Amino acid sequence: MKALIAVKRVVDFNVKVRVKSDQTGVDIANVKMSMNPFDEIAVEEAVRLKEAGVVDEIVAVSCGVAKCQETLRTALALGADRGILVETDEELQPLAVAKLLKALVEKEQPGLVIMGKQAIDDDANQVGQMLAALADLPQATFASKVEVAGDKVKVTREVDGGLETLELATPAVITTDLRLNEPRYVTLPNIMKAKKKQMDTFTPADLGVDVAPRLKTLKVAEPPKRGAGVKVPDVATLLDKLRNEAKVL
Amino acid sequence: MTALVIAEHDNATLGAATLNAVTAATACGGEVHVLVAGHNAADVAQAAAQIDGVTKVLHADGESLAHALAENVATQVLAVAADYSHILFPATANGKNIAPRVAARLDVAQISDITKVEGADTFERPIYAGNAMATVQSGDAVKVITVRGTGFDAAADSGGSASVETIDAVADSGKSRFVGQEIAQSDRPDLTAAKVVVSGGRALGSAEKFQELITPLADKLGAAIGASRAAVDAGYAPNDLQVGQTGKIVAPDLYIAAGISGAIQHLAGMKDSKVIVAINTDEEAPIFGVANYGLVADLFEAIPELIDAL
Repeated sequence: MKALIAVKRVVDFNVKVRVKSDQTGVDIANVKMSMNPFDEIAVEEAVRLKEAGVVDEIVAVSCGVAKCQETLRTALALGADRGILVETDEELQPLAVAKLLKALVEKEQPGLVIMGKQAIDDDANQVGQMLAALADLPQATFASKVEVAGDKVKVTREVDGGLETLELATPAVITTDLRLNEPRYVTLPNIMKAKKKQMDTFTPADLGVDVAPRLKTLKVAEPPKRGAGVKVPDVATLLDKLRNEAKVL
Repeated sequence: MTALVIAEHDNATLGAATLNAVTAATACGGEVHVLVAGHNAADVAQAAAQIDGVTKVLHADGESLAHALAENVATQVLAVAADYSHILFPATANGKNIAPRVAARLDVAQISDITKVEGADTFERPIYAGNAMATVQSGDAVKVITVRGTGFDAAADSGGSASVETIDAVADSGKSRFVGQEIAQSDRPDLTAAKVVVSGGRALGSAEKFQELITPLADKLGAAIGASRAAVDAGYAPNDLQVGQTGKIVAPDLYIAAGISGAIQHLAGMKDSKVIVAINTDEEAPIFGVANYGLVADLFEAIPELIDAL
């Protein structure tokens, strides 16, 4: 079966973003950008399914500015077979991305769609579920284990309090959690190979999708600052402070 | 203008996160109804009817709703959605799983993890692991929202006297099936609702040491146990104890971080705690930047000493 994976270009997880002084957003000029870590896990899972002979082709999709090509090249270097860039300079909100992916799901007819559960920039945790609803597919979010058997996929999910296992009829949408796998490193030969892999570009208009934002950001502010407190010399002082100063014991 | 809150429950008891979502729903300005979608969940519907501020409970009961499958619960919500201006879910694993399906089918944006209601169409929510707070305004007719529990006080779970209306349960989608679950049984308070949380990090070095040090300290304090991602990845603690940007968000009265360096992703999950205590050997660890009380010490000495002194 074919696997479609969605990858997002985000501010690298190690960067501590700064809010712009005019409160219009965060400053992402000149900061390191990377593939959303949860999407990297999605790529890895698809590649493992291909290595296991379950998946025969992996199509990676990224939606956004032209530079998302770099993110797609990373996916190709990790083992995806071809890339699709949906290029736009418009701000893309989750519903719009889900609609773009739905159009590509109709075009590509994958058996599995795998993507991260959440992007670490907008922290929305929506696209996989929205795509599943729009394409009328079953979903398994927050996956920590994926087993394909015939036209069914069994997915173990991280839920509040523990784990839950679902069985979905394919085609299905899976979103990844942290413990699904540990993504491999990109190697230089694979980066070279990735340069030769096919990459197609569409615009939202090509796919017939209106991506106009639905939410208007009125302002982006710094969170309340939490000042550092005091260092205490020993356990006895700590307990004394907790009992008599903070009064939490 | 009426808001619908989707109750969090396990068919037997009403989840505490529902109460915070009711407070957020009340702040949206209209009446508040609660939907209990479950199987043999009459007790939950009764409990929901007692919540202060709730005027009506919709109770859908059927086998298709026994395991909160996203496909079925979303369809259940959509069956009544036309009556509501706001549809709110607690930002639990269930709420996050189902809400976007509802929003997409209504062709509206979802507003995730709100921490403040500034108006009927304007909400505050954290982005970038809580390093920025965005205020967003929705132009959509229906607002589909997930509510971060730590952002809102819990509504009183008594004092209400809502009517309970039974509605038909939707049919099973046939596309997904519940196979099983492994839910840890514990007498400890729920991590996201506990007054005290003791969290362990990578410095504990092993699952045995995590058990040996963190468990008795949590026992003494009547605390819930949490963990950093590093500790969970290393197998010292189970997945569902992870506190952080993409794990549990907690804001207890007292948070004790033991052997946790304080990556921004971890801080995102606990920096709204009232009092933070950090115990770490590395005095440069970022966790000390948010701690009210920092103790630079060896965990393996400090924690037993703390347990003895409590």
